[in-house]
Amino acid sequence: MGARDRHGIDPPWGEFRHVGQGSTKIDGLAKATGAALYADDLSLPLMLHAKTLRSPHPHARLRAIDSGAALALPGVHAVITGRDLPVRYGILPWSQDETALAVDKVRFVGDPVAAVAAVDEDTANEALKRIRVDYELLHPFLDPRESLARGDPPIHEDRKEGNVSKKVELAFGDVDSAFAGAAVVIEGDYDFHGTTHAAIEPHCVLARYGPDGVLTLWSSTQITHYVHRALSRVLGLPPHRIRVIQPCLGGAFGGKSDPFSLEFCASLLAIRTARPVKMLYTREEVFYAHRGRHPMQMRYRTAAGPDGRLAAVDARILIDGGAYSSYGLVTTYYSGQLLTGPYHFPAYRFESTRVFTNKPPCGPKRGHGSVQPRFAFEVQLDRLAERLGLDPFELRRRNLLGADATTVNGQRVTSNGFARCLERVEEASGWRQRRGRLPRGRGLGMAGSMYISGTNYPIYPNPMPQSGIQLKLDRSGLVTVFSGGNDIGQGTNTIVRCLVAEELGLQLEQVRVVAADTDLCPVDLGAYSSRGTFMIGNAVLDACRKLRGTLVSAVAESWGVDPRRVRFVDGAVVDLEDPGRSLPTADAFQLAEARFDTLGATGSYNTPSLGGDYRGGTIGASPAYSFTAHVVEVTVDEETGRITCERAWIAHDCGRALNPVLVAGQMEGSAYMGLAEALVEEHEVNRFGLHRGPSLLDYRLPTSVDTPELHSLIVESLDPEGPYGAKEAGEGPLHPAIPALSNAVFDAVGIRLQHLPFTPGKVLKALRAAAAERRPAVAAVSGT
Amino acid sequence: MLVRGLRRKIGVILQLQVNGDVHEVDVPDHWTLLEVLRYRLGLTGSKQGCDKGDCGACTVLLDGQPAISCLVLAREAEGRSVLTIEGLAPRHVAAGGCGVDPVQAAFDASGALQCGFCQSGMILSAWALLARNPRPRPEEVRAALAGNLCRCTGYTQIFDAVARLATAGAATAPETSPEAVRD
Repeated sequence: MGARDRHGIDPPWGEFRHVGQGSTKIDGLAKATGAALYADDLSLPLMLHAKTLRSPHPHARLRAIDSGAALALPGVHAVITGRDLPVRYGILPWSQDETALAVDKVRFVGDPVAAVAAVDEDTANEALKRIRVDYELLHPFLDPRESLARGDPPIHEDRKEGNVSKKVELAFGDVDSAFAGAAVVIEGDYDFHGTTHAAIEPHCVLARYGPDGVLTLWSSTQITHYVHRALSRVLGLPPHRIRVIQPCLGGAFGGKSDPFSLEFCASLLAIRTARPVKMLYTREEVFYAHRGRHPMQMRYRTAAGPDGRLAAVDARILIDGGAYSSYGLVTTYYSGQLLTGPYHFPAYRFESTRVFTNKPPCGPKRGHGSVQPRFAFEVQLDRLAERLGLDPFELRRRNLLGADATTVNGQRVTSNGFARCLERVEEASGWRQRRGRLPRGRGLGMAGSMYISGTNYPIYPNPMPQSGIQLKLDRSGLVTVFSGGNDIGQGTNTIVRCLVAEELGLQLEQVRVVAADTDLCPVDLGAYSSRGTFMIGNAVLDACRKLRGTLVSAVAESWGVDPRRVRFVDGAVVDLEDPGRSLPTADAFQLAEARFDTLGATGSYNTPSLGGDYRGGTIGASPAYSFTAHVVEVTVDEETGRITCERAWIAHDCGRALNPVLVAGQMEGSAYMGLAEALVEEHEVNRFGLHRGPSLLDYRLPTSVDTPELHSLIVESLDPEGPYGAKEAGEGPLHPAIPALSNAVFDAVGIRLQHLPFTPGKVLKALRAAAAERRPAVAAVSGT
Repeated sequence: MLVRGLRRKIGVILQLQVNGDVHEVDVPDHWTLLEVLRYRLGLTGSKQGCDKGDCGACTVLLDGQPAISCLVLAREAEGRSVLTIEGLAPRHVAAGGCGVDPVQAAFDASGALQCGFCQSGMILSAWALLARNPRPRPEEVRAALAGNLCRCTGYTQIFDAVARLATAGAATAPETSPEAVRD
C-alpha cells in the first residue's frame, strides 16, 4: 500500500454532510416500485430458453450420451454436452476441477450433464426427457470420514491424496508445553451441519453473441471479474470479446461467487444458435448448485491458567467439501487462520482437512470458513468460564487482544472496538441483572468474534489494484462513477455515491453510479470477503482527491482568491471568507473544464503487504478487522425440546458507520441468518445423495413470525486505513449468533448443545442425559 | 404450434384486468398469473423465487387481497382486478398524490430494501394490511408478512417501515431503529 491508499479518517471539507446520515439507497425506489431489473427480468428478441439435464446419481461414470431424439424435437435449437465444453475451471487457479457439463463422470446428484436451448421452456424441458445417458454407477461417498479413510474409487482421478481436497497443518508457539502446564484444559467435539444461502433470487443468465463477435452475458453473479476470466478460459474467446454485466441482484450471501455451469452453457448455446439464450435455475437446481457452508466436525482443546487467561488452543477439523474444490483451499485455511482474535492466546495449532464427497459442492457462505470454528471456540470459552466460576464477559475481558496488536499467527490488527462491543451488549441486555437469574427455561448467552475487511489475497496472484474507480464530470454538475464493484443488495453503490458526494461537496442526486459492467468499469474483484466498503471506498477517495485540487484551483483562479478559501459543499462552491460569493457545482465544473480540459480521474486501492511469513500466512490477512459481540435470549420448552430465540443484541465495530441504516441492516440480517442456522436450517442429502428438502418450505427459512427481536448497536472504532475509518459490516455480525444461542440454552436449562442444528430431539436427549447425571441412583432404580 | 408429446396446447385468449388496464393475452393454458405478468405483459416487478408458493416474492393483490401469483392459473384471474407493484405509484398519483405510494416511500426510508427481490411482494402484503387496518399492532404486522420470505434484512427494518406508516395515535412503535440505538 502506498501513501495514496491512506486517506485519513477526517471529513474532507470540515464536517461530514452525508457520511453517518443514513440516506436512502441509490436504488431503493427502483426496487420499491418494481422498476429495478434483475437477470430474469431481461429479455431480447428471438431469445431461446435453456435447461440443464442433471445427474440422478451421486457418483457414476458417463458411458454415453445420446441427444439425437432431443435435437429432433421441433423447437429445439441446440444440445450441448461435456465434450462441447471440456476446459476445466474453478474459482482458484490451483484447484480447477470443474467443467460446465460432466465430461467423463458425475460427482453428485445434480451435476450438470447436458444443456438444451429451445424455443420455450416447455420444449426445453421436453427435450431433456429425450436425452439418453448411460451411467456406470460408482460407490458414492456420502460420509466425510469414509472419504478420509479410503480413496478408492477416487472422486477426482488426478488427485494425489485420494479423496483429500486440502490439508493444512499450522502451529504457532509451544502448544504441547502450554497444555502440559495448564491449570485447566477444556476439550470438546462439535458438529457444524451444512447450510445454504437460499437467496430469494435463483441464479439466472442471459447470453447474447453479437454479429461483431462479442459475447455479452448478463449474470446474477457477485464476482463479475472472475466470471469474465472464466468465460474466456472455457470458451476460448479472448477476454476483450466478452462483456459481463451484473444486473440488479436478488441476494447472494456467497452463493453467487463461483462461476456456475449456466454461465458457460448459455454462452455457448448463444454462440451455437446465433440467438440470445436465457437460463434460469429452478429453486431445486439452486439447492443442488449450493456452494454453501461446509459441514465441519471439530475437536477443540483449550488450555488456560487458573485466572482464565488462555494458554493454548488446539483444533482438529474435518471438512466435508462436497464434490468439487470451489473455494475449498481458502475455506481450509480460514477454518484455522481466522480464529486468532479478538482474544490473545500465545500458542495455537490447527489441523484442517477438507475431503471430497459425492454431495453438492460447498463453498463460501457469509462468514466463510470461520463461522463453524467460531461456534466451537466460543462454546469452549463458555465452558471454561463455567469451570472457573467466571462470568463469560469477564473471561473474555481477561483475554482481550486489543488494538494495534499482532495475532499468534502473525496477522496485523489495527483498530479494535471489541471491548466496547462487549460493554454495549452487556448493558443493553441487562446481563448483570438477568443472567443466571431468569426462571428456569429462560436464559442469556453471549459470544464474540472478529472478521476480515477483505484480504490481501487476490484469488489469482497479480500486482494490480484490487479495486478501481473512474469518475467522469459533466458540465451539468453531474458526476458519473464507474465502479467495478458488485452491489448485491448490501449497498455498495449507495456507499460509492455517498463518498463521492462527500469528497466533491455534492448533493447525492448529483452522483450516478454505473457498476459491474466489464466493458464500462475498471476492475474490482467482487463482492466477497467483506471487501467492498473498505477497498472500493478507498479507491473512490483516491479518485476524488485527484480531482479536488483541479476543481479548487480553477475556482480560486477565477475568483482571484487563495485556494484555501474555496469550499465545495452541498452542490455549490463557496468562498469561506466572503459568504456572498458562491457558484453552483455545474459552473465550477465548467470553469475547470475550460481551464484544464475534459474532467475525469481514476482511483484505485491495493492492500499493504500483510500476513505471516509462512506458507498460507497471507490467507486471512486483512487490512482491517471488524469485531462483534452478541447476547442472545432464549426460552427452552423442556416438554417439547423446542428453543425459541426471543431477542438478540448485536454490537458490531464497523469502524466509521458510513451509513448507519445500511450497517444496521447488515447486522440484523447477519444475526437472523446465524440464528436460523442454529435452530432450523439444514442442508443435507440422504443416503441416495438426494437433498432432503430442496424447497424454501422444507429448508425452513424463518418468517417474520419466527424471527426474534433484533437490536443493533453500532460501535465505531475509526480504522486508520479504512475510508474515513470504515470497516466491514456484512459478515462479521453473523459469527457470535450460533455460540451465543448455545450458551444461552446452557443458562436456561443447563445443557451444552455442541451439535448443530439444535433440534427439539437433540434438546430432549440432552435434557434426559443431564437429568440422569443429576440423579444416577434414581435413574438406576427406575430402570430396573 | 401443436407438437405431439408436449403438454402444451394452443393457448387460450384471456382477458385480464391488471393495474386498471384490460389486456387480452394468448398464453399456454397451464401458465400461471405470474408467468403472464412477467413474460407476456412485461410486468417483471413480481418476482419468481420458487415457483411453488413458498417464498411470496410473486405476491400481487387480487381484488385487493394478497395472492401468490405463481399458484394462480392465469385463467383464474379473469374477471378479477389484479394490482401489481408497478400499479401502486400510478394509483397513488391518480388519487392526487405525488411521487410513489407512501408504503413504497416508507420501505425506502427505513432501509428495508436490501437486494429488493422479495420487496414487491412484501410491500403489497404490507399495503393490503394497512388498507384494512391502518394501525396494526406489531404482532399483526408480523402475521400479515409471514407469507413473504426475506433473506436479507432479518425483517427488522421492514417492521420499522410499516410502523412508520401507522397513523397518529398508533399502537405500534419501531421495535428498533438504528438511529435510536446508535453508539
